[in-house]
Amino acid sequence: MRVALFITCVNDTLFPGTGRAVVTLLRRLGCDVEFPRAQTCCGQMHVNTGYPEEGRRLARHFVDVFAEYDAVVAPSGSCAAMVREQYPRLARTPAAAGAPAGEGPPPGSFAAEVAETVPKVYELSEFLVDVLGVTDVGAYFPHRVTYHPTCHSLRGLHLEDRPTRLLEQVRGLELVPLPGADECCGFGGTFALKNPAISAAMCADKVHNVTTTGAEVLCAADNSCLMHIGGTLVRQRAGVRIMHLAEILAATESGDDRTVRG
Amino acid sequence: MTAAGSRELILSRIRSAVAGAGEVEITRAYRTSPDPVRATGLVELLAERVADYRAVVHVVDEGEAVATIAAALARRGATRLVVPEGLPPEWVPGEPVTDDPPLSAAELDGVDGVVTGCAVAIAETGTIVLDAGPGQGRRALTLVPDYHLCVVRAGQIVAGVPEAVGRLDPSRPLTWISGPSATSDIELNRVEGVHGPRALEVVVIR
Amino acid sequence: MNGDATFLGMPAFPANAAVAVRDSQLRYNLRKATHTIRGKRAAAVGELPDWAELRRAGKEIKDHTLRNLERYLVRMEEAVTAAGGHVHWAADAAEANRIVADLVKATGETSVVKVKSMATQEIGLNEALELEGITAYETDLAELIVQLGDDRPSHILVPAIHRNRAEIREIFRERMADWGRAAPEDLTDDPRALAEAARLHLRERFLSTRVAISGANFMIADTGTLVVLESEGNGRMCLTLPETLISVVGIEKLLPSWQDLEVFLQLLPRSSTGERMNPYTSTWTGAVEGQEFHLVLLDNGRTNVLADEIGRQALRCIRCSACLNVCPVYERAGGHAYGSVYPGPIGAILTPQLRGTASKLDASLPYASTLCGACFDACPVAIDIPEVLVHLRGKVRHARVERLGMRAAGWVFNRPARLARAQRLGGRLRRFVPGRLPGPLSAWTDTRDIPDIPPESFRDWWDRTDGGVQ
Repeated sequence: MRVALFITCVNDTLFPGTGRAVVTLLRRLGCDVEFPRAQTCCGQMHVNTGYPEEGRRLARHFVDVFAEYDAVVAPSGSCAAMVREQYPRLARTPAAAGAPAGEGPPPGSFAAEVAETVPKVYELSEFLVDVLGVTDVGAYFPHRVTYHPTCHSLRGLHLEDRPTRLLEQVRGLELVPLPGADECCGFGGTFALKNPAISAAMCADKVHNVTTTGAEVLCAADNSCLMHIGGTLVRQRAGVRIMHLAEILAATESGDDRTVRG
Repeated sequence: MTAAGSRELILSRIRSAVAGAGEVEITRAYRTSPDPVRATGLVELLAERVADYRAVVHVVDEGEAVATIAAALARRGATRLVVPEGLPPEWVPGEPVTDDPPLSAAELDGVDGVVTGCAVAIAETGTIVLDAGPGQGRRALTLVPDYHLCVVRAGQIVAGVPEAVGRLDPSRPLTWISGPSATSDIELNRVEGVHGPRALEVVVIR
Repeated sequence: MNGDATFLGMPAFPANAAVAVRDSQLRYNLRKATHTIRGKRAAAVGELPDWAELRRAGKEIKDHTLRNLERYLVRMEEAVTAAGGHVHWAADAAEANRIVADLVKATGETSVVKVKSMATQEIGLNEALELEGITAYETDLAELIVQLGDDRPSHILVPAIHRNRAEIREIFRERMADWGRAAPEDLTDDPRALAEAARLHLRERFLSTRVAISGANFMIADTGTLVVLESEGNGRMCLTLPETLISVVGIEKLLPSWQDLEVFLQLLPRSSTGERMNPYTSTWTGAVEGQEFHLVLLDNGRTNVLADEIGRQALRCIRCSACLNVCPVYERAGGHAYGSVYPGPIGAILTPQLRGTASKLDASLPYASTLCGACFDACPVAIDIPEVLVHLRGKVRHARVERLGMRAAGWVFNRPARLARAQRLGGRLRRFVPGRLPGPLSAWTDTRDIPDIPPESFRDWWDRTDGGVQ
């Protein structure tokens, strides 16, 4: 099985440690992972801000880059949801939308390529639990952790308890429930810039809920949401660290996760 | 009074708006017949669900109905009662007020309450449906008085909404009643009692 | 649109929301109310084992009706007419208002009682009637609070959700006398006492007013039946006692058959007030019990919505307001910020489609969401609100600076080499990034720190170490 890492532009640029953690973790589980150098961005920012043409261009590029792999793993619920939910819509032409149900897209079309590639794209916890069939990944992380199930992981991908099942198997880790976990943190991509007052108010409530747990670490499957909550945690000197799910799952007793902290 | 052409304008806009759109089939996979577990306990379920709305409920045998109604009216202190045509006369003691000739709204406002039967009752939702038939009267009778006592017979109870819809005749004016008048307009908390009858008492005959 | 006079000229959503979010009383009221109803809805929905199937049927019945709207509207017209009612067609708000005003004038009356109705608010009927010398009395408790307080509705189901009991008591004490019977001297803020005051205030009005105006939750094409769901009994009063009843109903409220009600009478109450059933539902067909009945079928932009392949799903809406109650943005911004009688997530997709996006406010509405998806999950007719929001964002006009930024980002992302160069540039400049960013980006750093920019991107690390092997 040829497995590709879709790092996502945010992780690539701002959180390379998350990408290194995914590589460490997957190799530990006996899965060799490739990094297609031609990848860039899934196009989520463009599409969700109202620039579908640019988004469609990036979607085409994504499909070109990843079509040849058996599985594509993304350490981001949001970007995986973008591919799964929005690519079929971007590929749907007005004519195709009016076509009778049951008929697939014409072979060789962008819609056909999307239909072929999209089912192979997995968020990290989906890949671990559903494809590799593991929940104990051999991790050790002796800390008190709370988990925020980001909106696109929760309601877009329906990851359900996959991430927490993985965390529960981590030795030494104490998982504490987050009050109001299913509520949005207020990031919403460019929403944070377009509606800063509401975004900040939502984040303040999320941060309040995080601090009441007494956790040392706030974990999520999305660095963009963590960047938002973490930025507020740091500004408020709340004393809670943010960590991507992959970084916790990559950690071990021997600390040979040097690639993570790099 | 429609401006010439508005009807045709709207219809033609609709025509061009949906031109070429695919037909939509309707899948009805929801429950339409009684749940076998519940079918045996419809009376109890109805009583429980009506009571959830803070209505007063009595479940009685046929022979106890008259005494139960009399006791309820006495407790309420209701002596001037409206009865619709077709209500079993023994249900209301004394000399009830009839709607013949039709009572004015002000007259209805002056009585102590109204006693009726019903057309259908829905166990799952605790709902009573009146269809202005015998023993129920026109809609104002059960609206203006502040107290409504409704008698439900076991045979009138269905399990869920789909069966009730199937039993009812849409050409008749229907009133579906689920508990006393209520509002959730203040801080989204339910408070019983605004414009309709503030007290609903239901006698279910097994 | 002719109506919504009170909303005209409002600033864009972000400015309205920024003011609202600082109003701690409003925040408290909204949070308390929305969280109360969330729990109730979840319990009422969770009780039905076939909720998913009902939701699917509700969606499909609505889609089927919209696909065949012409046929069903004509059938509705025939059935109502056959049952002794009169049917009028209104292409826009102005026409609907004129039809209603003329009908009221023909009765010789100068006052009407009203059942809570979104459609008549949308067209600004009360204001239009006032210009014709006709006073419209709102009878729903929340609408009464709004009318007495010279206020605007802020929620579809509970228009006075932004008011708490203490504020309502003040409004009743100060304003009831101006509109009829005064509030009792010793009125407390106990919700029971407030409801009792409303009962006394409106009692005489109900018993004496001869014309009523309503909307409808559903119309049944096969039978010509109208359906109104309510709680207080004010609806029954208006529908039953007056000699003339005028119902103004959007053309999308149609259902094909009587049987279809079995789906919607389960979906709507549980989604809106979180009850198994609302206290009162009235159904009537044509002129009943000696009443004169007029039905005004309203377009007012609905056919434009219908023409949009993605946007038309908004017409499935049954106005339950479940999406408002679960929306984190609505909870903090309140309904007024949306500048429309349709606030919250459904308003954010309905208003720009009904009114267009020419104004700054209307163009900002598709952005009044984080796309968190809670609204879609709660919607009983499965309107994919995030999908429509994204679709509408693609149609509004964007600010020049944003267009340039997005184009630049697109240019970088189009070639991996460009992305790598941009990342290296960022890595080199990382120590010079200020804690507070300039321009539009300051919106971020006003309340949050920005993450440290790493010295090396993931792709450069991969190249340097051959994927971490070296």
